[in-house]
Amino acid sequence: MNILRKKSATSVSFSETVIETLIRLCGVSSIIFVFGIFFFVFREGAGFLFNGLDLVEFLTSPEWYPTSLNNKRYGTLALILGTFSVTTLAMCIAVPFGLGAAIFISEFCSPKLRETFKIIIELLAAIPSVVWGFIGLTLMNQLIIAVFNAPIGLTMLNGGILLALMSVPIIVSIAEDALKAVPDSYREAAEALGATRWQVTYRVLLPAAKNGLLAAVLLGAARSIGETMAVLMATGHSVNIPSSPLSWIRTLTATIAAELGEVARGGEHYQVLFIIGILLFTITFVVNLIADLVIKGIRQQ
Amino acid sequence: MDTNIQVSPGAMFTETALDRQKRRIENVVRIFLLVVTSLMIIPLLLIIGYLLYKALPVLSFEFLFTNPKDNMRAGGIWAPFLGTIYLVVVSLLVSAPIGVFAAVYLNEYARENWFTRITNLAVVNLAGVPSIVHALFGVGAFVLFAGLGESILAASLTLAIMTLPVIIASTTEALKAVPMSFREACWNLGATRWQTIRRIVIPNSISGILTGVILQVSRAAGETAPIMFTGAVFYKAIAEGDLFAYNITEQCMALSLHLFTISTQVPDVTEGIPYATAVMLVGSVLLINAVSIGLRVYLRTRKKW
Repeated sequence: MNILRKKSATSVSFSETVIETLIRLCGVSSIIFVFGIFFFVFREGAGFLFNGLDLVEFLTSPEWYPTSLNNKRYGTLALILGTFSVTTLAMCIAVPFGLGAAIFISEFCSPKLRETFKIIIELLAAIPSVVWGFIGLTLMNQLIIAVFNAPIGLTMLNGGILLALMSVPIIVSIAEDALKAVPDSYREAAEALGATRWQVTYRVLLPAAKNGLLAAVLLGAARSIGETMAVLMATGHSVNIPSSPLSWIRTLTATIAAELGEVARGGEHYQVLFIIGILLFTITFVVNLIADLVIKGIRQQ
Repeated sequence: MDTNIQVSPGAMFTETALDRQKRRIENVVRIFLLVVTSLMIIPLLLIIGYLLYKALPVLSFEFLFTNPKDNMRAGGIWAPFLGTIYLVVVSLLVSAPIGVFAAVYLNEYARENWFTRITNLAVVNLAGVPSIVHALFGVGAFVLFAGLGESILAASLTLAIMTLPVIIASTTEALKAVPMSFREACWNLGATRWQTIRRIVIPNSISGILTGVILQVSRAAGETAPIMFTGAVFYKAIAEGDLFAYNITEQCMALSLHLFTISTQVPDVTEGIPYATAVMLVGSVLLINAVSIGLRVYLRTRKKW
């Protein structure tokens, strides 16, 4: 026994040590990348962030005039409100549909129909955001002009509907996981008492899975906040405090995408765009962290 | 499933008013939820149908194999299409090994402790970082700091990091599906951890790993924001029909960015060309996804344990 172990140990040890080190390195790569993203985005924006940028104005002023010759203003309030208004609108549409579909797929569906719906949702999730933007630019634009008699259809409503369609698949898949995680004994106990399937769902499953459902909504919202191409193309692209679903808006992400190509590297405007990147990174990081804690909370129960 | 219990005359229990009300609510809810779920099929069909209808006059093999012409107002999509293939292949070469190894670490090596929790959290957060922030990272890290300049390499590395969580998540799932008893049997024969992984765990999950890799390809092919400032350009002429027309240290066109350009930046594009470009993009992405789904369904039917 001893001889055998010795022999195998010498023959594999070197290559095995190398490969295991490699595996460990790859394993922690995600941590390195997340820190790397923060570090490098921060590095490009840091100069102006600590030296010259009025942070209060940055967060509370609606005046975004980065290219003005004698009155440069870097206020992102209108952009922040743009992002949050279009995300809120998207969630108002996506949450009922997403949760409804998740409940149907997990509780009311035959296995065959379930597979079909899941594949359709997966395909919906696969459509690239630039194609959603193109749909917003063409089909949705005409629809909104026709339905609301609006002068132009590239509005918050347009972007909100697109973002809703893009975040529904995330909401459905996470909410369905949450419902599936409720032990079957809960369902059996309720059904034994004579509850119908809807009563089981409404009185037992939804309360039991509420954390997971909340996480699903949060991750759907995070997706909407971070979405770039669709809102860049479909929301009218004018810096504007939104007043109605038919107003034109510009989001934080769209601003970076539209302006980064045109600014001088290293200039104030360039650095401000990176600071907006830090802001976006922080927002989505916090939302993801909360969603993770909410999900972890269920597991500990 | 059969909550609608048919009560036959003369049965022991007769239906009361409460039972009837319960059944009615149940049916209403069921139909309502079915409608809500089915409504999601409509946008998918509508989009594909609408794009195809508008694109049909333009779609042809010639469209695929000619360069954009006349300031991108006419011609085909050869240069952007080939560019997307370059970006996807290079990003795949980077992210597939890192992603698979990372999943192997998380599933086979990592212990249940705070460090593993942080690693998992990092994967989740990496998946949640907005694509435009990945673009900023790509500019800061690859284009400027690493000195790659705006090139296929820089854009692909950005895409690789962005799509890493896709591979990690699906590989982890595939590895988890291999029963623990397989590993235990192998360890009992004296095999080391890595030998077990190489001879038992990976061969038994290779198809699941492959579906994840295919999904990564589909994600990478559709992304626009991360490549906009790191390596993809609005226009670059290359030799038609030459598969090696691009150099990975130079810039390239990309299908997704091309769609953005011709639908927003270029006036008077020939009617139909943007639609045909969109169809090619959606078509390739959905086709890749369909392959991945098909592979998964096929594997489930012939699983041995």
